[in-house]
Amino acid sequence: MGGLEGSALAPADASPFGLSGPLLHGVLLAITLATFAWILRRRIELLRLGAPDPRFDRLGERLKALLVVGFGQARQPRYPVAGTLHILVFAGFLILLLRSLTLLGEGFVPGFALPGLGGAAGEVYAALKDWTALVVLASCAVLAWRRVVVKPARFHDRHALRSHGAEAYAILGLISLLMLADALYEGSAMAREGGRTVALPLASLVALALGTSSAGTLDALHLSAFWLHNVALCFFACYLPVSKHFHVITALPNVFFSKLPPPGRVKPVQHGLAAGAEPERYGVRALEDFTWKHLLDFYSCTDCGRCSDACPSYNTGTALSPRMISVKCRDEAYVTHPVFGRASQGERPALVGGLIRDEELWACTTCGACEETCPVTIEYVDKIVDMRRTLVEEGRVPAGMQKALADVEKRGNPYGKLARKRGEWIQGGGEGCGVRLLDEGDSATLMWFTDSATAFDPRIQEVGRALGRVLAWAGQDVGTLGADEVDSGHEVRRVGEEGLFEVLRDTNREALGARSFERVITSDPHAFNALRNDYELDKPVLHHSQVLAELVAAGKLTLGPLDDGRTYTFHDPCYLGRHNGEYEAPRRVLDAIPGLRRVEMERSQERSFCCGGGSLYLFHESEGEERMGVKRVSMAEAAGAEVIVTACPFCLINFEDALKTTGRADRMEVVDLAELVARAAGARSREKPAEG
Amino acid sequence: MDIVVCVKRVPDLSEAELAIDRRSKRLDVSDLEAGINEWDNFAVEAAVRLKEAHGGKVTAVTVGDEEAEDVLRRALAMGADEALHVSDQAFADADPWLVANALCKALQGRPFDLVLCGAISSDGTSGHVGGMLAALLDVPQVALATALEVKGRKALVRHEVEGGLEREVELDLPALVTVQTGINEPRYVSVRGIRKVAEVEIPVKSAGELGLAAERRVRLEEMFLPPSGAGAEILEGDTDEVVGKLVERLRERGGL
Repeated sequence: MGGLEGSALAPADASPFGLSGPLLHGVLLAITLATFAWILRRRIELLRLGAPDPRFDRLGERLKALLVVGFGQARQPRYPVAGTLHILVFAGFLILLLRSLTLLGEGFVPGFALPGLGGAAGEVYAALKDWTALVVLASCAVLAWRRVVVKPARFHDRHALRSHGAEAYAILGLISLLMLADALYEGSAMAREGGRTVALPLASLVALALGTSSAGTLDALHLSAFWLHNVALCFFACYLPVSKHFHVITALPNVFFSKLPPPGRVKPVQHGLAAGAEPERYGVRALEDFTWKHLLDFYSCTDCGRCSDACPSYNTGTALSPRMISVKCRDEAYVTHPVFGRASQGERPALVGGLIRDEELWACTTCGACEETCPVTIEYVDKIVDMRRTLVEEGRVPAGMQKALADVEKRGNPYGKLARKRGEWIQGGGEGCGVRLLDEGDSATLMWFTDSATAFDPRIQEVGRALGRVLAWAGQDVGTLGADEVDSGHEVRRVGEEGLFEVLRDTNREALGARSFERVITSDPHAFNALRNDYELDKPVLHHSQVLAELVAAGKLTLGPLDDGRTYTFHDPCYLGRHNGEYEAPRRVLDAIPGLRRVEMERSQERSFCCGGGSLYLFHESEGEERMGVKRVSMAEAAGAEVIVTACPFCLINFEDALKTTGRADRMEVVDLAELVARAAGARSREKPAEG
Repeated sequence: MDIVVCVKRVPDLSEAELAIDRRSKRLDVSDLEAGINEWDNFAVEAAVRLKEAHGGKVTAVTVGDEEAEDVLRRALAMGADEALHVSDQAFADADPWLVANALCKALQGRPFDLVLCGAISSDGTSGHVGGMLAALLDVPQVALATALEVKGRKALVRHEVEGGLEREVELDLPALVTVQTGINEPRYVSVRGIRKVAEVEIPVKSAGELGLAAERRVRLEEMFLPPSGAGAEILEGDTDEVVGKLVERLRERGGL
């Protein structure tokens, strides 16, 4: 294929308006670098005001997160269309980053090539980047079409104060402009020099279109395209940190500094504080009270809305939208810590109670669905707990929750039952269930930490006795603290009442320390999480589903068929699954029941949908349009399940309530895993008790 | 403005199985938790809100045994500036007259614009102390306040009167107002909040120091659990039927 004689004029050899190309380019680059550095400096200044947060540990795990979630974009495919497009644009960004650097170099050196990208490698790269640019352009077109035409519900948040949609168009436009300018730059040279090829489809298309232009026109286009590209690139770099697209810069660091497992461990009031020492700052009152990493989270939010899409609270019409916490805080950060000058002197609303309203904070069940789905690993639970600590400190606690907290403080349980009756569930007016009450100095192999629901809620007491019987049939030696136990304080801590949590934890640790045992078993995922992650015990802590799975695997528990022809599904409790990663044990137990037909809900395992919260949330439920429990039983029904199996007292209570209030009680049932195992093991184990 | 708020420590009887100690004629409280009288909690909140709006000082006062100190600490944690503890063996089983006298003596020489009391206490339920104290202090009094505002030297009070009516009155300060529950939403008192005021000095006065004779005008003769009634009636039928029958019975027997 022919072209005009000679080669295109290199930008570094040109003298636009009689000024030296390299000099002009140097000025552009200097202004850009200075502006970019200044903006970043201002952004980092705010991070430095934040509270301490040790995120430089466990580097191996951090690198893995960076590779898998960051570069690997592991959380993107959950949204197949948006996710795929993002993966394409992200991959394109990485590939075209080299091209951008090359073009910056060409401003100074004619025919500049990055080290290693000369010669044959350069040709391969040229083809790769040309195809990539085509893919990115096409992706941008689809993304823009989605915004203009498709408008997925996720894009608009019903709590949004203002739309950041314009920023999305700006960025799509800028990216497209960069692709087109480079294509014109390349195409105009190709039109002059020849060499159209399918290896360079985009440049070739442009060259084809420019086919008959004169050398002068092509040179002018070539130069203009070069400057357009590099000015746009420089603008792009400086625009990122003043828009919601700061994530282009901060997302990878944010993923590197992610909260590492277990997610169920809540942030202490202040990191690195000696036990008993008074924290400098208690709870989050102002933006600067967040840790630097939590502030980095705000910078990193892409406003994509996946968190709120996953949030059971948002989905049932409450005041909460996790996404808006990030968006509002970032907007506030940009206003109060502006790039130039000082913050306006006007009165700002209080962060807690003003910008973020009390109802938003109380509407969170701490289920963690938002964090699990966030593509850039933004944390919400710890921030909400930190802000609640301020509400508790200021006494702004809803009345129902106050009553429950007062009862926990005085009587060790939120039900207001007498503390000395805590062990009475074991007998339950009947034959008992083989669990021993341990006095100080006594010992048992398994120490059952029951927590308040099992001890006092009549329905959950039944579950407790079923579990007790199953453990006895399997020959287990089980003891419990009885009246010496108090509430685990799991919800108390997450409500923000740290002082009360500490008292409860210390009381329980003392009671446990006065007895000997090998392992702790819990029948409530909240207690499981508290003892496993908050208490720092030196003994293993298990959830009853794990113990049951062990007993089944060891042959100590034989399960018979239920022969009821019904379809079962397992609902993953938040604090068993998402917060502690245990999805398998309960399913192994279910699958050990011969002939049991089990289906999965669409939102199962790490995507599980919260039942409406445990413990204290029973005493203060946020106002919404629909109850979470109702929504969840509808999901189970849609999956074709007739029996919902769960392994958490509060899931059981909420679902039983939802089945009754929606008139499904005659065709659907909810049971605890322990009850189901008791049914399946019942007859067989009693006939042939297992050897201890 | 200076506000005095009177508080009382009472046993928490909810869910409890009550037992009477026949010899002392008293409720057996060994098994019970105790805390601030519910009405008084609203009074403390009302006092602290007035202080927050108008400035000044809130002083919490109690008459009770040594343990009663914890309700004063709680009031301090809610925002009271000072506390005064009148504590003496002589106050065991004090009648309202003795309590009102003790409070009056404790307030002598202490200027105030407003005294707030809970309308009644959940254990004694006489509702006398506020009225008696107002008489002893010789200030105007309004009982069962459901809203309270201060403007200059006047208090605007909405309060419950007979027959489910409410009334709004204005009274000159200094005055005494007894507070009904629901007048506000009392703030939560955190464990940490209590810890913060653990070191605050609380002056303790005995009956002798106040020059108080432990005179009682009401003597307790006997305390007993009411005998069980003749039995309950369980209404049968579906919800509509049961509701119908219940309404009918309430009408018949004057409940509606």
